[in-house]
Amino acid sequence: MKRYDVIVVGAGPAGLSAAIEAAKRGLRVIVFDENARPGGQLFKQIHKFFGSKEHKAKIRGFKIGEDLLKEAQTAGVEVVLNAVVLGLYLDKEVVVSHGDEVTHYKGDAIIVATGASENMITFDGWTLPGVIGAGAAQTMMNLHSIRPGKKVLMLGTGNVGLVVSYQLLQAGCEVVALVDAAAKIGGYGVHAAKLARCGVPFYLSHTIIKAHGQDCVTGVTIGEVDSKWQVIPGSEKDFEVDTICLAVGLSPMSQLLKMAGCEMEENPAKGGYVPIGNSYGETSIPGIFVAGDVSGIEEASSAMIEGRIAGVAAAARLGFIDKAELTEKTWELEQALLALRAGMFSPENKGREVIHTEEGYDVSQSLLTRGYLTNDEVLTYPGVTAAQGIHAVIECSQNIPCNPCQDACPKKCITIGEKITSLPVVNSDAQCSGCGLCVAACSGQSIFLVKEDEEVGTAMVTIPYEFYPLPEKGCQGMALDRSGKEICAAEIIEIKNVPAFDKTSLLTMKVPFNMAMKARFFKQVQEV
Amino acid sequence: MRITEHPILGESNKGRLVTFYFDGKPLEGYETEPIAMALRAAGVMVLRHTHKEKAPRGIFCAIGRCTDCVMVVDGKANVRTCVTPLVAGMTVQTQYGVGAKK
Amino acid sequence: MMNKINDRSRNLGDYSVGADDAMIICRCEEITKGDIRQAVHAGMFTLTEIRRYLRTGMGLCQGQTCGRLIKGIVARELGVSPLDLEPAVSRAPMRPIEMKVLGNER
Repeated sequence: MKRYDVIVVGAGPAGLSAAIEAAKRGLRVIVFDENARPGGQLFKQIHKFFGSKEHKAKIRGFKIGEDLLKEAQTAGVEVVLNAVVLGLYLDKEVVVSHGDEVTHYKGDAIIVATGASENMITFDGWTLPGVIGAGAAQTMMNLHSIRPGKKVLMLGTGNVGLVVSYQLLQAGCEVVALVDAAAKIGGYGVHAAKLARCGVPFYLSHTIIKAHGQDCVTGVTIGEVDSKWQVIPGSEKDFEVDTICLAVGLSPMSQLLKMAGCEMEENPAKGGYVPIGNSYGETSIPGIFVAGDVSGIEEASSAMIEGRIAGVAAAARLGFIDKAELTEKTWELEQALLALRAGMFSPENKGREVIHTEEGYDVSQSLLTRGYLTNDEVLTYPGVTAAQGIHAVIECSQNIPCNPCQDACPKKCITIGEKITSLPVVNSDAQCSGCGLCVAACSGQSIFLVKEDEEVGTAMVTIPYEFYPLPEKGCQGMALDRSGKEICAAEIIEIKNVPAFDKTSLLTMKVPFNMAMKARFFKQVQEV
Repeated sequence: MRITEHPILGESNKGRLVTFYFDGKPLEGYETEPIAMALRAAGVMVLRHTHKEKAPRGIFCAIGRCTDCVMVVDGKANVRTCVTPLVAGMTVQTQYGVGAKK
Repeated sequence: MMNKINDRSRNLGDYSVGADDAMIICRCEEITKGDIRQAVHAGMFTLTEIRRYLRTGMGLCQGQTCGRLIKGIVARELGVSPLDLEPAVSRAPMRPIEMKVLGNER
């Protein structure tokens, strides 16, 4: 039997963070992961993260993963891959299968960071090839450079469904529809808006009735549901698709903890069956800790903080640090966690309808049901001003924990303030230089630069653009509005892509003057 | 189905193209990519037929959990092809129930 | 709550065929919704009993996909909240493993 101070199960964001903090404090740490690559789901996350600087906001997930791996290596963490933890027994004994043998390990502390598994939903034909989990789609396109399909229907409008749908577009797939049985879009409005302006339709209060096909999916029928979740006859709609992607939530993968004898509970707010733990993530068994999705479904940013807390707490549990250091370090981390858990999408707001922002602005119903703000609504938010000359238009209408735009602006045009969930305010007396840093920094891609020239009758609209192929300067095409509708002809007059933008290109298009506050996407017209 | 150039991930660099055999037919895939990915790129959707209902199955979770992608690889049944790396010359067979077609 | 679930004298009423009874729930062992509903009516009130009776969640994937779905079906049939059903026992091995590896213990 091999002994370690700390054994971590899972080399995802939570597990690696926990291992780093424990190793930094002198503990001998080993991490087991069943996958061939470390990093958990981080390497499939190609979007920029939310939060603030301390949460690594505006950095893409896979880059955060790379940094975390480097940090783990520097801290002296031993990571064993293709190592499957088969069981967690009394007295913190861990049984691992690796290669062609099974080995027993014993840890003085155990940190379980096994993450989550995808929930599934059944419908006629759901076992057909072509029906896949949203995680599978991410794995295929972002890790293995394979398109899951040509035409995809996404079920689920939580952040996973929205983010993966956008990634499907980036991979060159067509997303024919986003469907959700709920009446409102579950994820961030800004994520929905990115899809809506590309022309992807949302079908709320709809469910999948049947996947068609003999050997694989060739189509799908959806239908509208009534308040009792029954399909309304006559509401059926058919789509020709080769892929149906399911993003209907995650469940904590907590079997190891149950097996170890930790006290467990069914907690709907945490997404399922979880161990009962204290604020350090310590379970009912002293020395067994949890961090990340296995302790309650959230996202990678909070998983990393929870991991760090558990790592520090494990060091304290084993006497490597004193109480004072534990309190000091975890206080800092807990503040960071609280900041992420604030706002409209906080755990306590789960399932609750929020009608007004913290500042008292109305939450757009159009955004919640169709995925975009209306032309009138957009003018009501504090990020939208009618300044002369070039200026930022921030179409951010929900209290989400995110503030990179404030840090990005060198001219201090944008204010969010102490509370990172506040809506950004554009200060009309500050002078925008049109540098575009805010546009590229906005993880929700909801910032645009607008410059109106009434005399000439034109307007320049700068949009964030993360698709291939990039249009060329002088390219003629169509401008689309927030709903994805073609509204006018547009010409690309500038394309900016500097390292500071981190792969987000800024397209500036020329549109008629009266389209300045409507044109929000550019569609290249195929040359015949 | 391969993405050659991606707006965020750049050009895909998958290494060496090798030949493997799917139900006797030679196909090409990149060495060390999961077998299921090489098959998907080649347009193969059905990886196995189930034991009871003889129903087709393919990639479902793509991370080795659901076991719907199991096939007969180099004569061994129940190999999770979504997490098993492709090796040059590999023999991959559609799985029927718990084995290859006799 | 546990008493209500374990009360075997409880009358669940007659089993009536559902429109989606033929739906596969456990993908590995190919167990349908109807199989699970009938098992409840046959007196299998806990997830562990269902598992032993039908082999749901006992196939290659070990219930990774169907666990939550089965819980919902059983709870509905029993007329209780899924939150009140104890999940099936967790035991090693957590993942499928070849016997020759399991036997090669060090």
